[in-house]
Amino acid sequence: MTQLPGLLDTEAIRKDFPILDRPVHDGKKLVYLDNAATSQKPRQVLDALNTYYERSNANVHRGVHVLAEEATALYEGARDKVAGFINAPSRDEVIFTKNASESLNLVANMLGWADEPYRVDRETEIVITEMEHHSNIVPWQLLSQRTGAKLKWFGLTDDGRLDLSQIEQVITEKTKVVSFVLVSNILGTVNPVEAIVRRAQDVGALVVIDASQAAPHMVLDVQALQADFVAFTGHKMCGPTGIGVLWGRQELLEDLPPFLGGGEMIETVSMHSSTYAPAPHKFEAGTPPIAQAVGLGAAVDYLASVGMEDIARHEHALTHYAVGRLLEVPDLRIIGPTTAEERGATISFTLGDIHPHDVGQVLDEQGIAVRVGHHCARPVCLRYGIPATTRASFYLYSTPAEVDALVEGLEHVRNFFG
Amino acid sequence: MYQDVILDHYKNPHGRGLRDGDAEVHHVNPTCGDEITLRVRLDGETIEDVSYEGQGCSISQASASVLNELLVGKELGEARRIQETFLELMQSKGQTVPDDAMEEVLEDAVAFAGVSKYPARVKCALLSWMAWKDATAQALGETAGGKTA
Repeated sequence: MTQLPGLLDTEAIRKDFPILDRPVHDGKKLVYLDNAATSQKPRQVLDALNTYYERSNANVHRGVHVLAEEATALYEGARDKVAGFINAPSRDEVIFTKNASESLNLVANMLGWADEPYRVDRETEIVITEMEHHSNIVPWQLLSQRTGAKLKWFGLTDDGRLDLSQIEQVITEKTKVVSFVLVSNILGTVNPVEAIVRRAQDVGALVVIDASQAAPHMVLDVQALQADFVAFTGHKMCGPTGIGVLWGRQELLEDLPPFLGGGEMIETVSMHSSTYAPAPHKFEAGTPPIAQAVGLGAAVDYLASVGMEDIARHEHALTHYAVGRLLEVPDLRIIGPTTAEERGATISFTLGDIHPHDVGQVLDEQGIAVRVGHHCARPVCLRYGIPATTRASFYLYSTPAEVDALVEGLEHVRNFFG
Repeated sequence: MYQDVILDHYKNPHGRGLRDGDAEVHHVNPTCGDEITLRVRLDGETIEDVSYEGQGCSISQASASVLNELLVGKELGEARRIQETFLELMQSKGQTVPDDAMEEVLEDAVAFAGVSKYPARVKCALLSWMAWKDATAQALGETAGGKTA
């Protein structure tokens, strides 16, 4: 078996993930390489969900009975855990949403209804990049259409990086908000946060970072990032689906208006008007995803116990190995950086003229799960003149043997369609 | 799923390339990016030509090739019956085992029976058939404008 420096003890880690043991297609070993779509869940998270429902289920922030108090303590406890995980200065800066898309839509709508100095209107500009997931494109297109603000974006270089050569023309005095992805879900690229944040701060623009593909894989320190908002989702980081996070700087959360109205987010309500609860509750209308938040709390505990630095080191070693092995496959073209530097463990590629759907289907027959398509980042496919890619993405439980299985699988695909 | 018939049509497609037509449509499968541009040329009730250009997986490309082979030269009524039979087969979720009668109607297209077990791939197989239906309606003046989806 291939040994690489920096790898985690995957034999031990994999014991925590029951699903990794299940056979697929008549007894084939599952090789799960679709972690950028969603991660698998460790037993610790599954147990937390079960225990919550079996022992403490109740609605939160209301009711005086013991279950309501336990549920509230667990829900708010999850907020503390997440705040610690991302080094938030205050737990009140952590807003629970249902996913990263909702988090990004929430920011766009806060700004859409904001007064000065945050107001986005026809005199102002919004900046994104060409490598965004659709969830960080469409909310800004909607905001642009509704307010008349101009939508601009950074293009990409041939090797899958942001082209920041025109940064002073893209981010200008008119720019109100710059929203970009920290780690691309299709290219794997890790973007240079500091350069973008510095320019945005120079012109007084707010910075929103989509950390959906970063939070699961590296140390995420919102203070070090110096952003104003950071969005990510729970299910890609060992948590359940249905829970996402928007972190925002406290003074912004105080100043900006709520978006969704309803229960939980108010202070007092009369038939004429209402006053709002302080953040984060101001932005959490209605019964929140309670069990899911508890599950996310268990997930960040789990990740912290393994160690985010160690997870990043493991994935870096694996990415280095995988890039090298994949480039040995004839006709394979990596879409994105072709080294492991400043890139995450998500590798997109094309294989000659063989359509990714066919690649994915034949890999699946061998038990290998990858994602095929445009990965909700169609502009990237257009930029590189390809209809779609095959994407393999790794996580803390992935092994060099799984990289080898992928490479063997791809040889089989080539023979099949050759 | 990958029957030899499908692979043969994929590697050696029939009637590929755009030629003159009475109507042209462009259909895409938004979940995977398969695309087809398809033209229909009618001579009264007879399908004189179905020409197409597109990109996509082996299933979508082979299906367009089979469509060309099956429908060109047919009367519209018969072509519709073939299209409906193919649609029925593709919507059968793998439950339909083509019998002799179906095989007589669909010829090579029965090879797609296995695809119907894979919900994600059914749309690939149907892409050209939906485009043909749309283009034919347009050629007959039944609808205006193309659609994508």
